[in-house]
Amino acid sequence: MSVRDDLAARIPGGDTGLILSILLIVYAAYVLVGVGLGYSLRGQFNTIAVLTFYIAVFAMLALALNLHWGYTGLFNIGIVGFMAIGIYVMAFVSKPLYQPGGAAQVGGLGLPIIVGMIAGTVAAALVGLVVALPALRLRADYLAIVTIAMSEIVRFSFLSGEFEQFELFGTRVGFGGGSGLILNYTDPLTAFFEVFGLGGAYLGLVDAFGALVPNNPKPVVDSLVYGLLLLLFVAAYYWLLKRTGESPFGRVLKAIREDEDVANSLGKDTNRFKTKAFMLGCGLMGLAGVLWFMRSGAVTPNTFRPRITFFVWIALIIGGAGSNTGSVLGGAVFAALLYQGPRYLKNLIDAALPNASAPSGFGPAIAPLVSNVDPTPLLLYTIDSIRQLQLVFMGLVLIWLMHNRPEGMLGHRKETAAGIPLTASQARDKTAETDGGTTGGEADE
Amino acid sequence: MGISETYTRGRELAVTRPGSVLLGLVGVVLLFDLLVSLVTGTQSLSGVGSLVWDGLMRGLVIGLAGIGLSMTYSILNFANFAHGDYITAGAFSGWATTYLIAGLGRADVGALLLVGASGSVFGGTLGIGVTGTPVAVVAGIVVAGISTVLLALLIDRTVFKPIRDEDGITLLITSVGVAFALRYLMQFVFSSSVRGTTAQPPSLSLYLVDGAVRINAHDIALVVVAGSLMLGVHLLLQLTKLGKAMRAMADNEDLAQITGIPTERVVRAVWVVGGGLTGVAGYIFILWKGTLGFNDGWLLLLLIFAAVILGGIGSIYGAIVGGLAIGLTASLSVIWIPSSFSRAAAFFVMIVLLLVKPEGLFSGRSTA
Repeated sequence: MSVRDDLAARIPGGDTGLILSILLIVYAAYVLVGVGLGYSLRGQFNTIAVLTFYIAVFAMLALALNLHWGYTGLFNIGIVGFMAIGIYVMAFVSKPLYQPGGAAQVGGLGLPIIVGMIAGTVAAALVGLVVALPALRLRADYLAIVTIAMSEIVRFSFLSGEFEQFELFGTRVGFGGGSGLILNYTDPLTAFFEVFGLGGAYLGLVDAFGALVPNNPKPVVDSLVYGLLLLLFVAAYYWLLKRTGESPFGRVLKAIREDEDVANSLGKDTNRFKTKAFMLGCGLMGLAGVLWFMRSGAVTPNTFRPRITFFVWIALIIGGAGSNTGSVLGGAVFAALLYQGPRYLKNLIDAALPNASAPSGFGPAIAPLVSNVDPTPLLLYTIDSIRQLQLVFMGLVLIWLMHNRPEGMLGHRKETAAGIPLTASQARDKTAETDGGTTGGEADE
Repeated sequence: MGISETYTRGRELAVTRPGSVLLGLVGVVLLFDLLVSLVTGTQSLSGVGSLVWDGLMRGLVIGLAGIGLSMTYSILNFANFAHGDYITAGAFSGWATTYLIAGLGRADVGALLLVGASGSVFGGTLGIGVTGTPVAVVAGIVVAGISTVLLALLIDRTVFKPIRDEDGITLLITSVGVAFALRYLMQFVFSSSVRGTTAQPPSLSLYLVDGAVRINAHDIALVVVAGSLMLGVHLLLQLTKLGKAMRAMADNEDLAQITGIPTERVVRAVWVVGGGLTGVAGYIFILWKGTLGFNDGWLLLLLIFAAVILGGIGSIYGAIVGGLAIGLTASLSVIWIPSSFSRAAAFFVMIVLLLVKPEGLFSGRSTA
């Protein structure tokens, strides 16, 4: 532990420095492996863009969950439901009006994308309110069951034929049902640049990029730029939640987490505080859902299964509940090692062994091992089913973490409640503070 | 009792428990709506009868699987999210046995053991059923129970025992990890295909005024197995020393330990009883439903939680009654709302009941 603290203390720039250096290490590792296997420049850029995307979305979701669980102690396992509400409401608001004969079976309200994003966020927060009103009065494990039930109710509702299409203000709108919803609005990235009158400048950038990736550079540039934008969103989430956590409001939240009865007896209306914190977190989850899926072309309800909730929880627990820096780090480490890592590994192995064809099922895979001790088919099958096995692995990681490090990477740090440094004299002795300088002398056990 | 007294009491009830009154009103309105549609002929009595029967069967499965969850919830103090995957594990182990016995010599052993992964063998062509292959089914039930007990004990030993003294949330999160590891390991081995497992069972029709309610052999098997196991658990808890020890532990673990109850041994016994019931429930669920997929237990789990919470955590009668209530809600809700919302309706009933009566229907009667 002391080694890690020393390391953290030596990194310049405090928490931001820590996050940046971890990100740097991750990217360097990905690029190095790519170079080692002779990836094209385009492939490298794509890998980085995809990696950035997942780091950003998981960091955002972990930050929002940290507000619930790390700060307030609300055990929310319905994250994916709020994400689904965010993107579906956003699509509902922003999709163009229904045109007969188009590819999209249903239309939307045709409002600008930014309006849709706000609507999605607000809708998720409002659903959070609806869930919070009954559930926050209950025990933590009941809240867990209510929230996961809610996320499944949301999924069933979007799956149902009743909401597939209906008439509103005389146009055909809807959520598309089980066959999915085509997101046929202008590409949000293009729309974003056009708002600032930068559409032409952006296309210029794409052309300039053509020098690096000669043929069809636009998708590559798009995803790289989108990844960068998402990182800006992460920074905004981080700033907002850090401010929230350090504000008087955040102090009450931490008091509720530690002992709700005490907070209550000090005259704080804990239910109100919990409801507000829950709504804020749900809104942020909704926005994260929008940002995750709005460029995916189409969404189907069955994407929003509880496994995404599980991913976010692992990310938060890796990073350490209660620490915003930890949430971002957890998101990054989870995305790089557990989420994208195995898939990247599979791509690498596929590239290394282009002729190997994996057996179609466990039976044909295990039969050669039993009959003539040939483990190759089983190995190939294992690699082929890495998307399932990575979930097994994540489950084992979660168990291991709960056994050995339930506080995660940074969860052992305590944030002082006061807004001003309490240990100014000590801080002078210990020049490098790990917690951004506002807390003193608590960076160890 | 005078009218004024009744009125006062009614007003008191309305003031102190507005939720219950509202719930009662909603119930009356729904019942009235059902009566109207029965009279006008939009619903047939036999149709409603079929839904009730279907709901009862579903409720028995949920209740039987809920007993194990309720026991571990009250004695080990955590909501075990891996319970759904214990159900699936029991189902796969039991059905592998059934396939093996029913299909030995008629199909490849590997395909039989993998319960016909990706369409290599079909349960229908093997003629599996209570009447067609009774030996295979009984063997399957026994193996399902035993292997789930072993699995539960193994996981308890390796995963839950080292963190026995942590709080409920830590254990809950750990159990989520167990759930995902188990589920996708099963998908890895048994593939993600949903297979039909049984041949069409013989059925009889009960005539009910304007039509027939069909009851098949697997419904009967479910009633017999679930009923006898529930009775068995009741006797175990009420008549044996082990049952008394379990009830004592659910009430107060420290006190139980001081009194000389070997708590670790009781915990093991809880996993044995709970795991066995869960495995059998998984098997019989698949027998009744006729299809098997790696997600079945997980999908059932939320309904089981709803049932256990509805009935009051720790009460096995609560789990049974709650299971029947959830099963009936899910089945009967199609009378009033579109069928795609039947599951949502069951969750909704749970949430509403949590508000009105958070301690559950059979509250305060721990494991009794």
